[in-house]
Amino acid sequence: MKAKAADYILYDQETGTYRADPEQLVRDDVEKHYWRHVGRMILKDWRLYLMLVPMLLVFLFWRYFPMYELLGCFKVSDTVKPVSEQYFSGFSHFKRLLVGGDTLSTDFWRAMRNTFLLSFYGLCFGFPMPIILALFFNEVKSDIARSVYQVLTYLPKFMSTVVMTSLVTMLVKQGALTTNMGIISQAMANLGLISYETANAGLLNNPAFFRSIYQISGIWEGAGYDSIVFFAAIIAISPTSYEAAQIDGANKWAQMRYVVLPSILSTIVIMLITRIGSLLNVGYEKVLLLYNTNTYVTADVVSTFSYRQGMSTGGAGIGIASAAEMMNNIVGMLLVIGANTIARKASNTSLY
Amino acid sequence: MKRKLEISELIFKIISYTLLTVFSLCCLYPFVYAVSAALSGRAAVEYGQVVLLPKDIQFAAFARMFNNNMFWNAYSNTLFLTLYGTIWSMIVAILGAYALSKRRLLFRKFFNFFLVFTMWFSAGIVPQYLNYIATGKVFDAVGVTDDKWLVVIAMGMAAMNIILLRNAFEGVPSEIEEAAIVDGATEFQVLRKVYIPMSKSTIATVALFFAISRWNGYFWARQMISNSNEHPLQVFIRLRLEEFRDPEFIAGWNEIYASDSVIYALIVCSIIPILIIYPFIQKYFAKGVNVGGVKE
Repeated sequence: MKAKAADYILYDQETGTYRADPEQLVRDDVEKHYWRHVGRMILKDWRLYLMLVPMLLVFLFWRYFPMYELLGCFKVSDTVKPVSEQYFSGFSHFKRLLVGGDTLSTDFWRAMRNTFLLSFYGLCFGFPMPIILALFFNEVKSDIARSVYQVLTYLPKFMSTVVMTSLVTMLVKQGALTTNMGIISQAMANLGLISYETANAGLLNNPAFFRSIYQISGIWEGAGYDSIVFFAAIIAISPTSYEAAQIDGANKWAQMRYVVLPSILSTIVIMLITRIGSLLNVGYEKVLLLYNTNTYVTADVVSTFSYRQGMSTGGAGIGIASAAEMMNNIVGMLLVIGANTIARKASNTSLY
Repeated sequence: MKRKLEISELIFKIISYTLLTVFSLCCLYPFVYAVSAALSGRAAVEYGQVVLLPKDIQFAAFARMFNNNMFWNAYSNTLFLTLYGTIWSMIVAILGAYALSKRRLLFRKFFNFFLVFTMWFSAGIVPQYLNYIATGKVFDAVGVTDDKWLVVIAMGMAAMNIILLRNAFEGVPSEIEEAAIVDGATEFQVLRKVYIPMSKSTIATVALFFAISRWNGYFWARQMISNSNEHPLQVFIRLRLEEFRDPEFIAGWNEIYASDSVIYALIVCSIIPILIIYPFIQKYFAKGVNVGGVKE
């Protein structure tokens, strides 16, 4: 932007005269020699920029370089050549996955559907649980009793995914003719919820049970810990709000509806955005540790699908795997940005 | 005067207590069962007679674990990864977050976007795998042949944690920094003597997050660490589970305790250290959720 002649003149109020504005000359100089000034500022503050370097390098090497590898989805897979030297293949991998008509394409669509369903059920069942739990915690007025409940419900969060899945595997494992089966499958069979044959075969070998096991173990693991943030929002509500509502004749349900819910709504919105943002980001580690060839029908998600294509086949399927990841990631990113924008418009709370 | 409980409140209270009790017991039960099953005799475990308390108590399953050198080895590998991984991640994160928290930093918006974009879009498993393989080759060429260092240096960074730290540093009043600069403090001294002491609790929380993700790390450790002597605990547990679930292995089993007891013993052993330090870290753990990266 070119400066106007008037910008160079400054009115001095004390003496009532006009004089040249030295700062505009500096601004002019900055504009003319922009990069020289940038260099000077960086040199003056070099310690600050030096501090930034390790972080930038870590993210560049191990977050952005993999994105470059992702370009393999447009290339002919080659186990020897690096991705920059591979031959360009256009959208062939995408076409093969989306409309290939062979088992690969049906597997991909199955993985897409499973990814979406696992997340969607998580949203329906996993998301409200911590809120409900926090409401219940609020009812327990004795501090000791409440901390006992809280410690017990946070407990499963302290297991790693491996330990959690190992425990789940052991609790519903297959048996040999009513002996040696997991304690939970045994209990369910004894209660008549499932037949002994089903329990014997192992619940994790049965596609019909995978989603339930995934969600229930998720709630078991995370609901207590996730309730912390909602509980903090609930105890922040001033007691006078309840009293005012009570004087107006509000019973418990009306208080929930008109006092508690509006107060924790922004927290719920923020947690919901995070949740929707990671909708397609199903924890592949947990699926990988829980699924097996028998349960691919309901358990195989896009990450595990591309893991098998890309890593177990010795490199021939890297293009296919990258194409699958690419589609998953782009849809995921659109969801994050979309959820964030809607939340910002609707309630002025946004995450980024 | 104490107000009389309304009927709706009473109902809600009863429901709350009942469901909380049920849910808490459900959370606790698998652990109790794991301990009992690890301590019970073979017949009791295999015929499903262990329900709550151990039966025909034996300690051989635990002894088998404790006498296994590989188990202790895996433990020390996990400690190595957790200790050095946390230190490395914290150094990178604190320095980066400090620079990002300064308004005078040029291209600050770009650097922030550079960070946040990795939360929106990640390359996915396979490209990351190829990248780690390539990194491993570079590490080998430089002379770092221990795969554990690859896991420590290349993995475990999280943009979210840096943003938590940045927000904490932004909350430090700038007058204190100016005073330090007037006294002749350099940038590093300001960070060390002003910013770090003033945001201790966030730093503790973030360090805890890093430490937990390092302690729990499984997938990449299994993919990238080829030498079984270098496996961390999580990989060790998973490999034992796969080994012990093998039908042939089970068929050839003849000990006084069930093969399952060994797995349960392993699970219990991996949880106990965390339970021991839990009371000390609890407040940071709870705090971390609340600061949860909400920005204006």
